[in-house]
Amino acid sequence: MTGPTAPASTATSPSTTVPRPADTVPPGLPGLDPRYSHVLTDARGASWHYLDNGPELAARLGPDAEPVGTALAVHGNPTWSYLWRKLVTDAVDSARRGGPAWRVVAVDQLEMGLSQRTGEHRPLARRVADLGAFTDALGLTGPVVTLGHDWGGVVSLGWAVDHPDLLAGVALLNTAVHQPDDAPLPAPLRLALAGPVHRLGTRTTRAFLETTLALARPRLPHDVAQAYRLPYLTAGERDGIEGFVADIPVDGAHRSSPELDRIATGVAGLKVPAVLLWGPHDPIFSDRYLDDLTRRLPHAHVHRFADAGHLIAEDADWTPAVLGWLGSGSLSAEGSGSSGTDAFTGPRGPSASGLTSVPELPDPTASWTSSPSARLRDSEVASSLVPVETTDPVLAGSVGGGGPFVPLWARLDGRADDDAPAVLDMTTDGADGRPFTVSWRALDRQVRRIAAGLYGIGVRRGDRVSLLVEPGPTLTALVYACLRIGAVVVVADAGLGVRGLTRAQRGAWPRFVVAQRKGLAAARALGWPGVRISAEPLAPAVLRALGVTHELVDVARAGEGRPLPPEPGPHDEAAVLFTSGSTGPAKGVVYRHAELSALRDALAAHFDVGPDTGLVTGFAPFALLGPALGTRSVTPRMDVSSPRTLTARAVADAVRASDARIVFLSPAAILNVVATADALDGGDRAALARVRTFLSTGAPISAELLGSAAELMPAATPHTPYGMTECLLVTDITLDGIRDAATAPDDGVCVGRPVGGGEVLVSALDDDGAATGAPSAAPGVLGEVLVRAGHLKERYDRLWLTDLAAERDTPMGRWHRTGDVGHLDDQGRLWIEGRLAHVLRTADGPLAPVGPEQHVERVPQVRRAAVVGVGPAGVQQAVAVVETVGDAAGRARRPGLAPDDLATAVRAASPVRLAAVLVAGRMPTDVRHNSKIDRARLATWADRVLAGGRMGAP
Amino acid sequence: MTVLVTGASGLLGGAVARALVARGADVRTLQRRPSSVDGATDVFGSVTDPDVVARAVRGVDGVVHLAAKVSLAGSPAQFHQVNVDGTRVLLDAGERAGVRRFVQVSSPSVAHLGTSLVGVPATPADPGRARGDYARTKAAAELLALGRDGGGADGAGRAGGPRVVAVRPHIVWGPGDTQLVERVVDRAARGRLPLLGHGAALIDTLYVDNAADGILAALDRLDDAPDVVGGRAYVLTNGEPRTVADLLSGMCRAAGVRAPAWRVPAGLARSAGGLVETLWRVRPGADEPPMTRFLAEQLSTAHWFDQRATRRDLGWLPAVSVDEGMARLAAHYATRRR
Repeated sequence: MTGPTAPASTATSPSTTVPRPADTVPPGLPGLDPRYSHVLTDARGASWHYLDNGPELAARLGPDAEPVGTALAVHGNPTWSYLWRKLVTDAVDSARRGGPAWRVVAVDQLEMGLSQRTGEHRPLARRVADLGAFTDALGLTGPVVTLGHDWGGVVSLGWAVDHPDLLAGVALLNTAVHQPDDAPLPAPLRLALAGPVHRLGTRTTRAFLETTLALARPRLPHDVAQAYRLPYLTAGERDGIEGFVADIPVDGAHRSSPELDRIATGVAGLKVPAVLLWGPHDPIFSDRYLDDLTRRLPHAHVHRFADAGHLIAEDADWTPAVLGWLGSGSLSAEGSGSSGTDAFTGPRGPSASGLTSVPELPDPTASWTSSPSARLRDSEVASSLVPVETTDPVLAGSVGGGGPFVPLWARLDGRADDDAPAVLDMTTDGADGRPFTVSWRALDRQVRRIAAGLYGIGVRRGDRVSLLVEPGPTLTALVYACLRIGAVVVVADAGLGVRGLTRAQRGAWPRFVVAQRKGLAAARALGWPGVRISAEPLAPAVLRALGVTHELVDVARAGEGRPLPPEPGPHDEAAVLFTSGSTGPAKGVVYRHAELSALRDALAAHFDVGPDTGLVTGFAPFALLGPALGTRSVTPRMDVSSPRTLTARAVADAVRASDARIVFLSPAAILNVVATADALDGGDRAALARVRTFLSTGAPISAELLGSAAELMPAATPHTPYGMTECLLVTDITLDGIRDAATAPDDGVCVGRPVGGGEVLVSALDDDGAATGAPSAAPGVLGEVLVRAGHLKERYDRLWLTDLAAERDTPMGRWHRTGDVGHLDDQGRLWIEGRLAHVLRTADGPLAPVGPEQHVERVPQVRRAAVVGVGPAGVQQAVAVVETVGDAAGRARRPGLAPDDLATAVRAASPVRLAAVLVAGRMPTDVRHNSKIDRARLATWADRVLAGGRMGAP
Repeated sequence: MTVLVTGASGLLGGAVARALVARGADVRTLQRRPSSVDGATDVFGSVTDPDVVARAVRGVDGVVHLAAKVSLAGSPAQFHQVNVDGTRVLLDAGERAGVRRFVQVSSPSVAHLGTSLVGVPATPADPGRARGDYARTKAAAELLALGRDGGGADGAGRAGGPRVVAVRPHIVWGPGDTQLVERVVDRAARGRLPLLGHGAALIDTLYVDNAADGILAALDRLDDAPDVVGGRAYVLTNGEPRTVADLLSGMCRAAGVRAPAWRVPAGLARSAGGLVETLWRVRPGADEPPMTRFLAEQLSTAHWFDQRATRRDLGWLPAVSVDEGMARLAAHYATRRR
């Protein structure tokens, strides 16, 4: 312990003369029972106000039962312990329900809240020591978990660094311990610190206080805001606010800078479990600071509450997560902060390259050399002393039976002296009219040049590199270069739109961005993070205007002949892929090298891909797989950002140019290929007849359309794999399989059997429509689909709570709840019946939408149908919303009730009773495929219309 | 077993009395006109007349109380006299005569405050805020009746009194219905039936045979499970909400008349309804107002109910679906036309 230990009775201090001692809270503050409010005087004579549920716990647990630990919560500026009221009371409720009893002590810092106004200035170092004096006076013993918000985060971490014997964990809400040298101070703080504005804003008036309270999203209820104002009604009471703002170390010369640096460095040495909860809509503590904290605490659980801001404690429902974490048992070992055990570092794991895991600090551009994928799974705590390699099924899965890990670039390396084509690009004709071709030798050289060049400009293992580059040879080389040096590629689809992309870029917080002109302009205009690298040559004035730091061509040139850093290992992060956003806001999905290698192996094995196979990739993402699979890939003549520009002739040309045996297409591309089949001549048809495998990937497709495409490739077996961003290959079914399944009585879309070493189970829906059933392979049970595979994602990015939800009640090993619902049949085939979020909660139990939709879509007038629920969960009524053939043909009808004849036909076709039949005009669908119907939006619309509300449009 | 059915000359009262006769009960009816229920014994008179009522309840084991003033016209005092005072007279007489079971037939409007009701359970009757004289007086009557429930281990009810349950059938319709179907069909036939708004509001209804079944189920449950249903109110519906447009056109189709083809904005209909109501009050006529605010609300806002508690506690399921009911209605009109 570092604080003073003298008993309070012997203390003499100048504080006896101060104007106002600490006081307890008055009754009537919303959400805060005065019984939790206490006052004590520390050894130096300072009097503190604090919230403490200890006495309440003792009263409930009996005198013999000790709390398992104490959560010490420290508020920031200009709030007070009121910020933590919910944790204080929820912890008691949790203990009452039988959970582990955690004492919560939320303290008002001196000069703040209801603690004493001593009139003294308290720089950071003194505040840290003050807190130690407080915990000494409280007689606090371990284990202690600190919580801190805003500048209280820094103070709490200072305490944590100074009390390793007591420390069991740290939790932080929107805070920072380091001001990057290259980043400007946030504008609101610059203003608050500006000379005369400072005193006027922080003390004389309530401007700073009011500005902070106004950051709440949504706005604070009036009585809650009043409670926050309570200790700061007079200018004298606001001394502490002014002092706190003045103590922000704006640069290295500030007197609190050394203490901040000490804490920042100490934090990076903390081995205790950590949680970072973040509200991204914060003008002060932006994602920049979250990025810094995740580098210092790479093992931390991180969750960004997408809609929350600075006052995250008010904005988000965060206490269940923290209480769950506290109750998980991972924190109960006293003194683990200094015990030297690997209990909480196990999952971090040594990387294959054998480098240590301590980040180089405080250099803000420093690399960190260990895997950032150190997610501590609470369920694994019991076995966390076991070296991770022996317990992690990923590795076993990725190497297919215990062989050595084969990195993604191994096949490319292996063909480094091969002059045969590796990548053919027919989207840009060469001068001689032949496809642009890159040999294996040239590709390998370009990858090495870019890799070494990126390393040369400071790209380090674990650094995120956002790639806003159109598919083609440049993107392919960039991806492999990044992977080779352990940089993490961030890939977000332009289909997310500007808002979605901005959200994705801010969420992933890349250190570098490689982009073409359009991407650079967006990054500049929208303030996307990352050092900008231009992927194409641009005029110097343009480069300056777009804030570009490097040009890729220069980077590659500088890398010529330079050595490469050590290779990353299987447990190092490799990629963050964003979901399409068609099933909710786009989420980043983190893959490590192990999972990507496993994906390569799964694809190679299932589709029998060898060096001479050759791939035609009419669906851009697959073009990237060629080098990993060690076979040539060709992008046919098309606008790669618009699959429906692909023609049948272009496919035939690509097959001929590359002698490829496998063709990957997206549903939109297939539609156009079939539509343009008349243009094929005899030679084209002969070329297509050599294709042996043909895949439709990305979205469901009808058997009819698949069959039409198959007629163009008579020797090919058509496949439609089922997967998702989180697990790109789950099951697969052939056209014959689809036709066979059509004779089965099952509801839903049959997607075949698990492939690639994957497994599928179903967690049955209960009467409330929640997937609570024990995961099982029993046939005919409707439930949420769970998948397990070596190539399954590692986790979501900075969405810890989403991770927990996706792994809730799953069997041993790495399983993922997909959010899809369906059932297995007695032949082991999986049938998808919709999204869990779209399941209707009717009085007769849960109802999955796809089955009834398929029946309704058999009505000749109906092109597409969605079955949605209206009314409250548990008594929802089924409603069919249809798009008619006429609507699709361009004569969209006005949204409204279906005419009698249509409604009668739809009702007759539906196996479930329909309260209403609506016509939607045009269906709202996803941007990427125009095929996933936005049922949630239709449900909201139907709910409104059928409650007698405005008709409008869905 | 002897059961008294009040208001048996109406559609629902008649159906209840007939169903009781069919299952072998000794049925007595009380209303001002002949009930035309074969096998029942009619007592003529008003529920507000203590002497008549005392005669009607003599020797009776159970009472199903349907008699009420339901029309859209009339003074508040008239509504109160029949609906509240009449219920009190009946309860008082019943208690004196030793009636053991009392089913108060109420209405969902007793708890309907004018807003949309979407999948809601039965909420307590609210005489202060219910809409219109009918709903307010029925709300008071329901509270009065439930207050006489003689269960009450918890002391809430009156020990020794009858067991009382309230059921609230919602929009009862079927062949022979003069309240809703006849009005709709008649107006549609004269081209005077507009759709309010888009006609897309979902409303629950109850086919008449289901209503009679449900009421008998409530009566039975007062014997089988008095502590489950005693003192409680249940909304009874088919549990199949449909849009207003669907229901009106279904009824019109069944009757062979043209479905409503013109629309009146819902807001306008509500204002007009209020205006018409006022006019009718000033100049009471023999007919009823063509549109009231209450009716406009009923036909333009959603009102459908959570039937889970009803079905569970009463052990009752509607046997006739809306579509089957429409088919029966069509058959009824086809017979009439011949």
